[in-house]
Amino acid sequence: MLKIENLKASIEGKQILNGIDLEVKPGEVHAIMGPNGSGKSTLASVLAGREDYEVDGGSVEFLGNDLLEFAPEERAREGIFLAFQYPVEIPGVSSTNFMKTALNQVREHRGQTTLDAVSFLSLMKEKMKIVDIDQSLLSRPLNEGFSGGEKKRNEIFQMAMLEPKLAILDETDSGLDIDALKIVASGVNKLKSKDNATIVVTHYQRLLDYIVPDYVHVLYKGKIVKSGTKELALTLEEKGYDWIKDEVDSNV
Amino acid sequence: MKQKNTTALTAELLARFDDFTSALNGESEKPLFQLRKEAISAFETLGIPSTKNEEYKFTPIGKAIDKKINVGKPSIDNVGSLTEDRVTPYHIPDLKGNILVFHNGIFSKELSSVVSSPDAIRIQPLSEAYKEASEQFVRNFSKYADVQNDAFTALNTAFSTEGSFIEVSKNQVIEDPIILHFIQDAAQGAAFQSPRNLVLVGENSQVNIVEKFDAVSESNTWTNAVSEVVLEEGANVSFYKVQNDTDEALHTNHTQVYQSKNSTFSAYTFTFSGDMVRNNLNIVLDGEGAEANMYGLYLVKGKSHIDNHTVVDHKQPHANSNELYKGILDESSKGVFNGKIFVRQEAQKTNAFQSNNTILLSDNAVINTKPQLEIWADDVKCSHGCTTGQLDEDALFYLRARGLSKESARAMLLYAFASDVLERVSIAPLKNYLEAIIAERFEQNF
Ligand SMILES: Nc1ncnc2c1ncn2[C@@H]1O[C@H](COP(=O)(O)OP(=O)(O)OP(=O)(O)O)[C@@H](O)[C@H]1O
Ligand SMILES: [Mg+2]
Repeated sequence: MLKIENLKASIEGKQILNGIDLEVKPGEVHAIMGPNGSGKSTLASVLAGREDYEVDGGSVEFLGNDLLEFAPEERAREGIFLAFQYPVEIPGVSSTNFMKTALNQVREHRGQTTLDAVSFLSLMKEKMKIVDIDQSLLSRPLNEGFSGGEKKRNEIFQMAMLEPKLAILDETDSGLDIDALKIVASGVNKLKSKDNATIVVTHYQRLLDYIVPDYVHVLYKGKIVKSGTKELALTLEEKGYDWIKDEVDSNV
Repeated sequence: MKQKNTTALTAELLARFDDFTSALNGESEKPLFQLRKEAISAFETLGIPSTKNEEYKFTPIGKAIDKKINVGKPSIDNVGSLTEDRVTPYHIPDLKGNILVFHNGIFSKELSSVVSSPDAIRIQPLSEAYKEASEQFVRNFSKYADVQNDAFTALNTAFSTEGSFIEVSKNQVIEDPIILHFIQDAAQGAAFQSPRNLVLVGENSQVNIVEKFDAVSESNTWTNAVSEVVLEEGANVSFYKVQNDTDEALHTNHTQVYQSKNSTFSAYTFTFSGDMVRNNLNIVLDGEGAEANMYGLYLVKGKSHIDNHTVVDHKQPHANSNELYKGILDESSKGVFNGKIFVRQEAQKTNAFQSNNTILLSDNAVINTKPQLEIWADDVKCSHGCTTGQLDEDALFYLRARGLSKESARAMLLYAFASDVLERVSIAPLKNYLEAIIAERFEQNF
């Protein structure tokens, strides 16, 4: 589904991604971990099409297409979904109106019929249950004044609405209390199928108890320096990153 | 060079006044004629302001008039060309009310209609009010706007022949808004019009007024309007100004408001186009508990130049003023915002807020913002803030990352920016009309 080869990217002349290789197949869950500033969010942003980043080399294939050729909205319509680490507050934009416009543009692209107000609202009600998000939240301007946890829930709600093929969750667990974490994780699990895939970026093993990964990767200095199964996350929880850093830095 | 232009222009306008008065047969004997004479002599002293004048520093209006308008040539008063089908496209759909239509400064009886009860409100074309010269009219006309210090007010007072006189009795809620529709058709030559309105609102009465300005041909036009609005105790007035002229239009206007105790005045100024536009809004809060709201929204592109000058003068304690102006400027357009707040020594417990926010969509667009707070009282709450920026890139990316096209995302953000002002419009058909203009502009790349 997703094939990243030797991806290099920079921002303002500063190289952040130094040759990433990663393959994700349908039905898989990949976890990406790594110390602060190692480039996890950068990778997520580059995949979602953020134009501030310069891609300096490598390739990204998504469902047989060259993903890097696509504008952000085309990527979303093709099935990429990025749950932001820091969702943006957008005053004056109604959450509902935004979601309806976005969904209909996505549906149109996918050759589905667009939804009228009534069917949109009933779909919305159904999806709201998945992450147990309150109606009153969605009648407010997009993310404006939402608490950290509410923002994260709203991201997963949007994901449920848009039904992506590849969801990239960038620290969706941070800022969530234990109950919210379970709700969000179970939401993600409900949306999982054999046809779609998930990349979870996280610092904590705890999330991986709920969203169980097939693979765990460690990103360090813009490269995937170690990959393994979910046991790797347990090791990291116990030992931190120093041993990996030492391994990498002594090899240079 | 600029100086020479404005001097020559002033001279032409003075000469025009002589032709104008000789055509006013009979009127020169009336007492009101004295006002014209005083006004033209004030204008002679003031002259068309050049950019050396602090108040016109950024707005070379004299130059623009000189370039576009042959002021020596009388306006076309060919009312015949203004048939109903030519006017209809400029109407606000579904907006019912009292409608007065003026064409190149002449009242069109056929296209106008008054529906409110004459016991509650008197709505008269200015020409009739002039003729009738009622006590109320004479006592108030030209008593509020400053003829001695403002050249354009002086010029309007000298030349105005048409507009409206509106008088609301005490304790009346006027449900039907009053729409004053000024249409210019310069197809047969550059036109210059001087609309003039006087609005007196009695104690505890409420009324909504919409001033709408349109130019129906692409040629050059100049509108120089003045409105005086007087609110008695407890009166409540919403005053809308909608400018959607052609890109060639010049527009200078002055709204002078006088507020008594516990009255509320809300101004809504929408500017969508024009070559050069200068809006003056001056409000005097001369009663305890008075409240003034000033909202403005301007969306311009091309070479349009939009200048909003507001003055709010707090003269009495416990009054509030609240100002919010928003502008979106594209291409090489220019904006000027100058907001003066005076709080006199007696005006303790004043609350005065001002904010001016601008989005610049192009590197060539410019805004000059100047808040000017002069506060003599010590127990007051005053604040002002202004922001100027581009569209929020993070927000744009967030929306696009959910599948919205770049155009839709941009329109959504611009709409959100404008909605702070738009959502305060309480006349539904007017709001729909404005929304439609705005949506069209946002969706068609401005
Ligand atoms: N606009 C920018 N200009 C310069 N450096 C940037 C910019 N954006 C990101 N960076 C740098 O890129 C590096 C990677 O940042 P990124 O956000 O991808 O890290 P991360 O792995 O997601 O970290 P965290 O775990 O803290 O979320 C950091 O050193 C960051 O400072
Ligand atoms: Mg990050």
